[in-house]
Formats: sequence, C-alpha cells, structure tokens
Amino acid sequence: MLEIKNLHARIAEDGTEILRGVDLKVNAGEVHAIMGPNGSGKSTLSYILAGKSDYEVTEGEIIFHGENLLELEPDERAAAGVFLAFQYPIEIPGVATMEFLKTAMNAQRKAKGQAQLSIPDFMKLVKEKSKDLNVSMDMLKRPLNVGFSGGEKKRAEILQMSLLEPSLCVLDETDSGLDIDALRIVSEGVNKLRSPERAMVVITHYQRLLDHIIPDVVHVLSKGRIVKTGGKELALELEKNGYADYIEAA
Amino acid sequence: MPAVQETIDQVKAIDVDQYKYGFVTDIESERGAKGLSEETVRFLSAKKGEPEWMTEWRLDALRRFNTMEEPDWARVSYPKIDFDELYYWASPKSVEGPKSLDEVDPELLATYEKLGIPLREQEILAGVEPKNRIAVDAVFDSVSVVTTFKKELAAAGVIFCSISEAIKEHPELVKKYLGSVVPVTDNYYATLNSAVFSDGSFVYIPEGVRCPMELSTYFRINEQNTGQFERTLIIAEKGSYVSYLEGCTAPQRDENQLHAAVVELVALDDAEIKYSTVQNWFPGDSEGKGGIYNFVTKRGDCRGKNSKISWTQVETGSAITWKYPSCILRGDNSVGEFYSIAVSNGYQQIDSGTKMIHLGKNTSSRIISKGISAGKSSNTYRGLVSAHRKASNARNFTQCDSLLIGQDCGAHTVPYIESKNASAVFEHEATTSKISDDQMFYCLQRGLDEEGAVALIVNGFVKDVIQQLPMEFAVEAQKLISISLEGSVG
Ligand SMILES: Nc1ncnc2c1ncn2[C@@H]1O[C@H](COP(=O)(O)OP(=O)(O)OP(=O)(O)O)[C@@H](O)[C@H]1O
Ligand SMILES: [Mg+2]
Repeated sequence: MLEIKNLHARIAEDGTEILRGVDLKVNAGEVHAIMGPNGSGKSTLSYILAGKSDYEVTEGEIIFHGENLLELEPDERAAAGVFLAFQYPIEIPGVATMEFLKTAMNAQRKAKGQAQLSIPDFMKLVKEKSKDLNVSMDMLKRPLNVGFSGGEKKRAEILQMSLLEPSLCVLDETDSGLDIDALRIVSEGVNKLRSPERAMVVITHYQRLLDHIIPDVVHVLSKGRIVKTGGKELALELEKNGYADYIEAA
Repeated sequence: MPAVQETIDQVKAIDVDQYKYGFVTDIESERGAKGLSEETVRFLSAKKGEPEWMTEWRLDALRRFNTMEEPDWARVSYPKIDFDELYYWASPKSVEGPKSLDEVDPELLATYEKLGIPLREQEILAGVEPKNRIAVDAVFDSVSVVTTFKKELAAAGVIFCSISEAIKEHPELVKKYLGSVVPVTDNYYATLNSAVFSDGSFVYIPEGVRCPMELSTYFRINEQNTGQFERTLIIAEKGSYVSYLEGCTAPQRDENQLHAAVVELVALDDAEIKYSTVQNWFPGDSEGKGGIYNFVTKRGDCRGKNSKISWTQVETGSAITWKYPSCILRGDNSVGEFYSIAVSNGYQQIDSGTKMIHLGKNTSSRIISKGISAGKSSNTYRGLVSAHRKASNARNFTQCDSLLIGQDCGAHTVPYIESKNASAVFEHEATTSKISDDQMFYCLQRGLDEEGAVALIVNGFVKDVIQQLPMEFAVEAQKLISISLEGSVG
C-alpha cells in the first residue's frame, strides 16, 4: 500500500536536511511502529506523508496505492486515504468540533464524488463513534481543540480518524498526554479500525501503547534514517536498553 | 427557507469576476435632469406628489448643503464626487408608486427573483412556517416598487410602507420624527440625503405590539450614474418590538455609483428595535475599478427608558464604505448594541464602526466588531463611546478583532473614549490575528480545500456576530462572506 524509497527531505526555509534516505514498506492490514530518539525526524516523516509545505523532498519517492503521493496536494492526499493524527493538534477558534467533523466528512465525500451526508445520518455516526471514544456531546459543541486538555485533543484526533475511515492512519505520539484509562479507550478505538484493507504507522516512544496496539513491525528511526527493523519484541528490547546501540550504528 | 437556498444557488451560478449580482435589468426607466439644484429638488418632490412642507424641508436642506465641505477624516480615499454629474431620480417607467404584486412589471419581479428575494407572498406562504415570514419592501433605484404583507401587518396596527407613501398618508408621524434623530445638518452626506432622498421604508409599531413578522427592505441600484438616497424611519412605540432586515445589491459597472442613505430609529419606553443589514454591493473589480461608494448615516435613538436598539451588520460589498451606525442612549436603563462583520478584499476601503452616546442613567452598550481584510484592502474600525456628565453608571464593553489574510492588506482600530462621569466603566479589547499556516494545513489534512478551509476559519472568527442575525440571514451571511473571500488565498 505504502512504499517509501530512499526519501531525503530538508526544511524548505533553511535547507537543513532532516530525512537522509528513509526506506519503508507497509502492506495493507499491517501495523508498523516507528520509534526513535527526540529530533530524529519521526514527525517530519509524518508531515511529509501528509504534504506539509514546510519540507522539501530532494530525493526518493513515495508510492501510495500505486500512485506518486508527492504529486498530490494535502487535501487530495486526505481524500486518497491519508490521515495524520497530529502530535500537537491545532486549535480552530469559533468552529464547533461537530461542525468541523461534518465539514471534513463532506469535503472528502465531495472529492470522492459521493453525496453529502444528511444531518440525521451524520449525527447517528458521530454519536456512535463518540460513545466508543468517551467523547461527550458537550465537548463536540466546543470549538475544535480550543481549551481541550491534552488527552481530549488526542481523543478528538482519533474520533476524526474513525469517522473519516482513511486507508493509511499515521499516529504521531497519540499516547502522549493520555491517562491510563484514556490510553485503553483510544487504543481500543484504533484497534477497531484495524482491518485487512487498512495500514497504520504508529509513532511512539513507549512500549505501553504497543501493549494495546500490537504492531507487526517495529522500526527505529535515528538521524533521518531507519537503522533497525524487527518484530514487536524489538520495542521491548528498546524499552530495556534504550537507543544507544542503534544511534552508534547510524 | 427556499428563497435563501435559491440565493445561494444563484450566487454560485452567476460568475462575474468576484461579484455575483453584476447583472443589469433591461427595463425602461425615467430619469430626472442631471445635476444638483433647486430645480432638481423641486422636480423630484413634484414627481413624488409631495406636500408643500416636504418640498420646503428638502430645499432648506439643499441650501445648507451648499454651504458645507466634504469631510476627509475617514481612512478612505477616492476621487472627488462631482454632484453635478449625477442623476438624483430614476424610476422604472411602469411604476409610479407601490402597487400590489399583480401590477408589478414582470421584469422587476424577475430581477428580485434572480437576487433570491421573496416578493411573492404565496410562495413564501407555501414554503415557510408562519412565524418565519418576512414582509418585504423592495426599492429599485429611487422608487419603492412593492411592499408585501401589508394587509396582515395593518391588522396588527403596524404601518410598513414606503416613506413616500408615509409622507402622504401619515404626515403627522413623519413630521414628528423625520430628522429628529439625524438632524438635517448632521453631516455632509446626511444633509445631501435630506435634500434629495428618493425613497425608503417607513415602519411604525404601535404601543405594546410585537411585530408579527420580520420586516425587510431590499435595495437595488440598477440605473447608471444614479445616486441612491434612501431614507428609512422606524418608530417603535412604548413596549413594542420589531426586527428589521436590510439587504442591498447593485449591478457591476465601471463607474462608481453613489449611495448615501439615512436611517433613523426611535425606540420609546420599553421598546426594542433590532436592525440587521447584509450589504453586498458591487465592491469594484479585481483592479479596483467601479463599485459603490457607500456613505451612510444610521442612528438609533433610545428615547424611552428601558429601551433597546441593536445594530447587526455584515458588510462585504462597496468600493468605499463610510458607515457608523450609532445609538443615543437617552432613556434611563437603555441598551445599545453593535455587532459588525466587515469583510474587505481586492481594493475595497472600509471605514466603519459605531458611536455609543450615553446620556441617561444606568445605560449600557456592547460593541463586537470583526474585521476581515484580504487582498489589497484596508479595513478600519472607528468607534466612539462617550458618557455625558449625567450618565451615571454608564457601561460599555467593546471588542474589536481583526483577521488578516495575506500580506498586502491593512487593519486599523481607532477607538475614541470620552467620559465626563466618573462612575462610567468602559472596557476595550482588541486583537489582530492571521490565519496560520498550521491551521490551514490541519484543515487541508482533513480534506478541506483551501477555500473551504478559509471559509471555515473565517466563519469561526465571526461566529459571535453571526449568532445575532435572524436564522435566514445567518446562512446567507456566511455564504456571502465565503464568496467575497474567494481567491484570497493560494
Ligand atoms: N519546520 C521546521 N523548522 C525548523 N526545524 C524543524 C522543522 N521541522 C522539524 N525541524 C527539526 O527537525 C528535527 C526533526 O524534528 P521532528 O519533529 O521530525 O522530530 P521527532 O522525531 O518527531 O521528535 P520528537 O520525538 O521529539 O517528537 C528537529 O531537530 C527539529 O527541530
Ligand atoms: Mg515528533
């Protein structure tokens, strides 16, 4: 489904190179975890997948569903099935979360040539998914992410993900800021979305998330390169020994 | 409401540069002589069959106008208007005065239909819940062409007609109130209007009556080189309530068209007037050519105790806007409100705001102004809040927020505060923000396109004001704002 080949990227503004030859292949139905030290380029990789204009790809390619992803605008990528759960979700003042959800769903439906959702159908969907994620009606009426606690922001991200039903879910540190119960609820929400047609890239620092969302493959990203790939046991090993061994290798 | 949906569809369908109402109705019309003179004034007064006292009132205004200088303190610039090159009277030939719908020229009805304005009473009746009906007074160039739902309003004792008709049918009311809020010599444009005002709406709500429906006027400038000078007068007697909506459009032309209206509101004891405007006159094309010059004097007088006047306005049109809807808080415990959204794009210049004049005791006022600037436009909020010596416990809260889109536009906030009473408490808050790249990217990541993202963020920004509008207008206003910002990003 997703194939990243020899991806090099730098910051558009000052030319600093962040990704220095990333290779990654994710098949439909798989969950890949990406771990790695602070500043190694994990969020950068997720932004580049989503098409943020702050970064420039200087070499390599990204193939998604057989298409060159780098040629698509961010909104086209979203409609093609790329979803990024942000490490730091953005506040949109004055726009009720509910309103935002409806606008986003209808925008994607429009891009796919589907009819707009009726209000009752929309409400039914939102109620159902919000209940799963323990998101209250009250929160849905508040402006998106404005004054949300860290955990509420993350839950709102996963709510959007479950409503938009993307084929590629990229989760950037969704576990940070979640309390123990929220971590379980959110993980259950994510697991519900696991399916043979859907792939997930889960960026995290901690094993505790991977206890709930069990990955098929674990990668270590260091200094803009994937320096180690293994099974779920790699995460356990990292938890014990840290990154030292791999950073030397990079 | 179907009429609103229709407006939206039409707005989407007609794609004329950025302005969507740029069509001209091909209709035979009659114009008075060009130029501003005693003769012009006598001609138009005669044309309207006005009584002698009215003609004299106009002539007096003209004499005063001739001694005045055009003001230049606003943050707008434009070539000097040559008042002798304008026509002061234009009327669709087939219409001599307000008639019933059956007699109105079908071309005119078609024009209003194109604009999505519900003139056909039957259609409105068919499509809308009774309590949401809107009575409409439609003004085409200088003349009010039709007023709907008159009979039903009359049954409630409400008078809703054109000002020309009121001058003839209700002279005692007009004499008592006309010019009582905006004196003839109030300012340059108001004096001009007093001399040559063409038509407009008149509303009288009797004591204790809650007007059974929204009242509405739609202004349409169609004729070339014609100034439009409406005059609106609304009187709410003790304990009455009325909500009034004003909407405006004009065709797209290269020359600038002049619009200088005067609106006077009078609220007596315990009365409330809610006045909402959605203004989307032609703003000029993308190079800054053409557009409406909008110099308007709007003022409400809270004359009675516990009275309340609120102005809500959504301004997306006009090349130049110079407009300060104001409240005189004369009655004790009276309340004035001003909610405004001003959107400027292209080369538009807006200098708008409000004045809250606290005279009575325990008066309070609230100002929420949201300015959105894009393109090469300039958007100034100018507001005055003053408390008279006797205005003990006057309260004001002002919030001015500006949102900038792009690098070449400007936003300015000019608050004036004058307090002669130590017990007055005036609060002022102002913010300026930009749509951030992060916000845009977040919305795009969720599948919105750039225009959709801007529209969503802007609608969030103006939400506090949109909520003040009647439902039907709120939807229309949101669409209008998005349309006027089309092409402002990317
Ligand atoms: N837009 C930007 N401007 C300047 N520097 C940037 C920008 N984006 C990323 N960087 C820098 O690139 C490096 C990689 O950042 P990135 O956010 O991808 O790291 P990360 O692996 O997600 O780290 P963390 O685990 O702390 O979230 C960091 O040094 C960061 O400061
Ligand atoms: Mg990160």
